[in-house]
Amino acid sequence: MADLEQFRTDTRKWLSDNSPQSVRGLILALGEGNWGGRKATYPNPDMKRWLEVMAERGWTAPEWPKQYGGGGLSKAEAKILREEMAALKLPEPLSGFGLTMIGPTLLQFGTEEQKQEHLPKIVRGEIRWCQGYSEPGSGSDLASLQTKAVQHGDYFIINGQKVWTSYANLSDWMFMLVRTDPSAKKQEGITFILVDMATPGVETRPIKLISGSSPFCETFLTDVRVPVKNVIFKVNQGWTVAKALLNHERSMIASAFGGGGKKRSMRDWAEEYVGLEDGRVADSALRHRIAQYEMDNLAFKLTADRSRDAAKAGRPPGPESSMFKIYGTELNQRRQELLLSIAGPHALGWEGPGFTEREITLTHDWLRSRGNTIEGGTSEIQLNIIAKRVLGLPD
Amino acid sequence: MELVLTEDQELLAKTAADFVRQHSPVSRVRALRDANDPIGFSRDLWKQMAELGWTGILIPDTYGGAGMGLADLAVVLEALGRMLAPEPFLSTVLLAGELLSRAGSDAQKKTWLPGIASGEKVLTIAYQEARSRYDLRRVTTKAERQGQNYLLSGEKIQVLDGHSADAFVVSARTAGGQNDARGITLFLVAKDTPGLKLTPQHRVDNRAAALLTLDGVKIGQDSIVGSLDGGYEILSQVVDRATIGLCAEMLGGMSQIFDDTIAYLKTRQQFGVLIGTFQGLQHRAARLFMEIELARSSVMAAARAADANDPEWQSLVSLAKARCSDAYILAANEGVQMHGGIGMTDEHDAGFYLKRARATEMTFGDAAWHRERWARLHRY
Repeated sequence: MADLEQFRTDTRKWLSDNSPQSVRGLILALGEGNWGGRKATYPNPDMKRWLEVMAERGWTAPEWPKQYGGGGLSKAEAKILREEMAALKLPEPLSGFGLTMIGPTLLQFGTEEQKQEHLPKIVRGEIRWCQGYSEPGSGSDLASLQTKAVQHGDYFIINGQKVWTSYANLSDWMFMLVRTDPSAKKQEGITFILVDMATPGVETRPIKLISGSSPFCETFLTDVRVPVKNVIFKVNQGWTVAKALLNHERSMIASAFGGGGKKRSMRDWAEEYVGLEDGRVADSALRHRIAQYEMDNLAFKLTADRSRDAAKAGRPPGPESSMFKIYGTELNQRRQELLLSIAGPHALGWEGPGFTEREITLTHDWLRSRGNTIEGGTSEIQLNIIAKRVLGLPD
Repeated sequence: MELVLTEDQELLAKTAADFVRQHSPVSRVRALRDANDPIGFSRDLWKQMAELGWTGILIPDTYGGAGMGLADLAVVLEALGRMLAPEPFLSTVLLAGELLSRAGSDAQKKTWLPGIASGEKVLTIAYQEARSRYDLRRVTTKAERQGQNYLLSGEKIQVLDGHSADAFVVSARTAGGQNDARGITLFLVAKDTPGLKLTPQHRVDNRAAALLTLDGVKIGQDSIVGSLDGGYEILSQVVDRATIGLCAEMLGGMSQIFDDTIAYLKTRQQFGVLIGTFQGLQHRAARLFMEIELARSSVMAAARAADANDPEWQSLVSLAKARCSDAYILAANEGVQMHGGIGMTDEHDAGFYLKRARATEMTFGDAAWHRERWARLHRY
């Protein structure tokens, strides 16, 4: 414990000495932080410097082993780092699928060579990754995917189409699922492979969403040559890797929603748009919806705490990541809808005069939130997982 | 605040689960109901539970207890709640015992607390009146000063375990108007005091309850628990703490009817397949699972916050009670629905949970009442 206290003291001092003053307390909209990659843009020069000093120390990936560029911290140390960063209101130095999805997957399934090649570049923010899973005909039924990879010597030739590839147009590499054995049972003919987006035959086209933003692309693959050594785990056993990665994805989505304390409080919104009566939200029906939402949000946060505490104490994990995915995303949708109700006609702004920036953001965030229960496995798929894997209900 | 059971609590939970499985299946509750006995529980079993240390968990060690916390008692209450055990934890341990522990005079503690810890005494509180709903301030029962004594008059309803109680803590008005917090005093009244009359009440959940009529009951000043006119504050604190215990019981009940329902989905066949294969049922079961998990986290947080005297503890009580009320009702309603016709029969246990779910909901405030309280505490 004394060691941890020393670590806290040292960390506090180092962060205070090395983090640029201007990034402290910087408010970043969803998706506005550092995502890294060859095409990286930064909200400001200090955010770039912030990434560099943190990456240098391996603290963009605090718990990854040092030999791959990570921080080599224990869970307890990483928690202290997060707490000390929060105390200085420091933003994440780096975000992205490299850190949250393919990195952990490589640590679990990658060969030594694959880890050496990819992990340090993720830590330093040099390479941005995207996910090639869904296809036009394969949404919830992901295992039915048709993108074909045929082996010729040391290469696979890949043909097909991916969809909902997050920021494919800004990414450098893609981890993807391809069909390598069309005659096998659908889960058994799939391979997990890494593709450099600069390879000839890879084309991307952004998809415009109802919210007006384009966080996803269609990705077309025509005779794309990919080295066999880019296969993760084994040929035709990609489904095992895919499922493990989906777990990381669900945890990431769940942690992005619900329980968050940084957002503007619902009471502030209500005070501004609904008004107060005797110090209380003037509309009693809305007041009850707000209380219900806030209480559910707190119960969700407590459940996440409980799951973490149980893991720390070495107890078997309680509720599964599927539950956090469902509840976290639904809470976010409820929050957005409640804010719409609170803002009333002010929530109808798309752009232009007469609406504040915050109001316009609210409108767009609400529309975007409808996708939360679809992406990363729909709520219905998560309910199937709970029913079968947690409750043991029959197929 | 760590939301995880300690090793001692794990052990206690296991002991309690084993004991309940062996000595207190739901069939026992059914037999007690059918016997129509106004006592409504087993004194013998109560004594055994005391020997295991359960009735003294909250009592300070100077009075024969273990001086432990609500988080410890909660694991026992959850196990008891699974099988709907009717022993008088709520009345004796969580309400009357806690009132005496926290506000009683030394003489009152010496007289009653060791008897609770040893399982020899049953105590209860008489705080509810017709139309008082969940407001502890709505007290019309009067206590009039007469020389060195007080004369109590009024009627209390649904006094839990009234027929087995050796003494009652009665809330009565000594000053103020009908809804004032100030002017309520708590009196400790022994069962054989002249002027007390008990009439059995028959509740849907078959828990022993009685109408308590007080007709000029004469008691001395030394019967006051806590301070004159200041009873509301301690009563509301104790009721809030007892609510956590009740939530633990509810958690046990909802978990059991849920487990029973899942087991049924895995054995009942229709259309030539197990009904558990139907997605319409699977998704509802999965949602119910989530609600129970969220209820559990809330109860664990409330118990630990109360034990640590965390400033947020009363707001967490409202979170836990609102969640448990909703989740228990949902689990019981879905339990009956998914069992189909058999769930509607008296022969099946599901109905017992359905009834107990409502009885616990309407004790110490339902979900709507607690959400409103939560909103007030958080300035909404």
